[in-house]
Amino acid sequence: MTNPVQTLTKSVTVNDNPFMKPVEWLSLFLLAGVILVVLPLMLDGFRLNLVGKYLTYAFVALGLVICWGYAGILSLGQGVFFGLGGYGMAMYLKLEASSIENTKIQSTPGIPDFMDWNQITALPWFWQPFKSLPLTIVLAVAVPVLFAMLISFAMFKRRVGGTYFAIITQAIAAILTILIVGQQGYTGGINGITDLRTLHGWDIRTDSAKFILYFVNGGLLIACILAAQYVKKSKLGRILVAMRDKEDRVRFSGYSVAGFKVFAFCFAAGLAAIGGAMFTLQVGFMSPSFVGIVPSIEMVIYAAVGGRLSLFGAVWGTLLVNWAKTSFSESFPDLWLFGLGALFIAVVLAFPNGLAGIWREHIEPRLTRRAKSLQAPEPAIVPPHGAPAE
Amino acid sequence: MLGDYSLGDLGAIFAMQGFAGLILFSVYLLMALGLAIIFGQMGVINMAHGEFMILGAYVTYLCSTFCQTYLPALFPIYFFIAMGLAFLASGALGMLVEWGLIRFLYKRPLDTLLATWGLSLILQQAYRSIFGAREVGVELPSWLIGSVQVTDTIEIPINGLFVMAVTILITVCVALLIFRSRFGQQVRAVMSNRAMAGAVGIDTEKVDRYTFGLGCGIAGIAGSAFTMIGSTGPTSGQLYIVDTFLIVVFGGAASLLGTIASAFSISQTQSTLEFFLSGSMAKVITLLAVVGILMLRPQGLFTLKVRR
Repeated sequence: MTNPVQTLTKSVTVNDNPFMKPVEWLSLFLLAGVILVVLPLMLDGFRLNLVGKYLTYAFVALGLVICWGYAGILSLGQGVFFGLGGYGMAMYLKLEASSIENTKIQSTPGIPDFMDWNQITALPWFWQPFKSLPLTIVLAVAVPVLFAMLISFAMFKRRVGGTYFAIITQAIAAILTILIVGQQGYTGGINGITDLRTLHGWDIRTDSAKFILYFVNGGLLIACILAAQYVKKSKLGRILVAMRDKEDRVRFSGYSVAGFKVFAFCFAAGLAAIGGAMFTLQVGFMSPSFVGIVPSIEMVIYAAVGGRLSLFGAVWGTLLVNWAKTSFSESFPDLWLFGLGALFIAVVLAFPNGLAGIWREHIEPRLTRRAKSLQAPEPAIVPPHGAPAE
Repeated sequence: MLGDYSLGDLGAIFAMQGFAGLILFSVYLLMALGLAIIFGQMGVINMAHGEFMILGAYVTYLCSTFCQTYLPALFPIYFFIAMGLAFLASGALGMLVEWGLIRFLYKRPLDTLLATWGLSLILQQAYRSIFGAREVGVELPSWLIGSVQVTDTIEIPINGLFVMAVTILITVCVALLIFRSRFGQQVRAVMSNRAMAGAVGIDTEKVDRYTFGLGCGIAGIAGSAFTMIGSTGPTSGQLYIVDTFLIVVFGGAASLLGTIASAFSISQTQSTLEFFLSGSMAKVITLLAVVGILMLRPQGLFTLKVRR
């Protein structure tokens, strides 16, 4: 006969830690419904493309939830990885758009137009791999992840963290922007890589292509949410939280703190890179204005507004902030920066857990109370003395 | 590359380039001093530091316009008045910000980064609404225009010399204030052990507020000096903020000497490289070198043993 206590704890652990709680499944379906059904039905092609663009930032925000919210590593340089992913995709598209027939008026046909303008006569070596689509897809994610590994391994091994790490990532964002702008011949300079046409022969500028890309993007986002949820729920996710709250204790328990931190940072970088690649596909260009300090820190605010501990919150926060940005800067361009600045301060001072925090602390308890009172008019609460001690 | 120049020319070029580096060093040092004091004392990174600097620059601009129109007699020396006013204006705003925003966030240093970034956006937009998006410059009084002829090939602009003099003066003042005054003693006490400093009766909250005000005030002076050598726009502060952060981190937080040494090495490297390479590549290589060194030696050049 089995020990009743053992079965009890077993059943508790099984029910206590499912992949997603019912309410989380509900939020997932709600989000998926809005992204994949409601918005495509409600919005015209232009607006839908705009939402698609916002959703590419949501990938970055998702990564920040894991990296910043759970692991406590604030990166002010996510634009670097977004940009590297985006540039990888843009380089492939640009090479396809600058085929020999399309560029025969140039002095060197077959290379991108901006290289020709800058008197470069041969394709640089780091452009070569981007001639092939499969290699591009791999590199667009692998390069940013490896770069993130390079940065973070050196720093976390030496126990650099907190504000130092944030400043270094910010400096790297600044360096990369200056480099891209300065090396006009190799990168397209301040204008970025523009005039992108086809993806493996498929014209991405048409309305139908944009419509399809929107759904690809939405589907990828849902997949990434599930991946992030998997990380969050796994034992690794617990170690990340433990590390955030008491790093030394985790280290003394025998875990390699640096390794877990590197993983969290690389995971976030990978998500940002996917977002960047999808951005290029949907928007049709990539420029240094999505790489630097300002966009990087704005991406942090998306996660902060949505709630730095909530994957779904991050997506909603991204949509909300960008929607506000677009509608404000259309009608009152002067007020937008005031609004954004006030948003930063308000989120940090008053709502450190963002929208998700407000939901969890104020709305959810009320809803459950309402639901309970509707369900059970007479007080039929199970007496708590049977519960196992914590 | 160097074969086209004679030895004397090269010497002159290096001297001029070195002097350009010294001017850059002055601006960097003035900005970094305020930031280092705040970061060293409270562990707070003030992302709006550049905007405090620009406030000083705008105060100087207003002062110059005012003196030109109403008090032409004072115009030759308006710069000294402007520097005082810039210190007061930025310092007062800094103390206000500390009281209204920063003091709630001492336990969450990463969040201060975001909050002060929000503040910098608000200030930038405020400058844009008040002064317009275009860059403004000040009229220099006649004694600051021109240059000193050292040899046939080396000449040194007077306004650059003046900025350097101001920097040296301010640095000496700050050093005296921190290492010789009662207030400085309290600041150093709070820096090395906050709880103990509180236990022996130092009002740590007050020290925090005045230190933040002091750091911002020095930024104001930096902005005031900055108007001597360049024009000011609403977003000028942001251009310098990353370099300044790196200087502070590279020098080793909480070390005045480290800040000076790192400002010197970074500005000299950059201005020397600028001669050989394009401006942007010089900056990239300098910053990369700093980031690389920081990865190997995260505590910076000089470190203060602090119990936290």
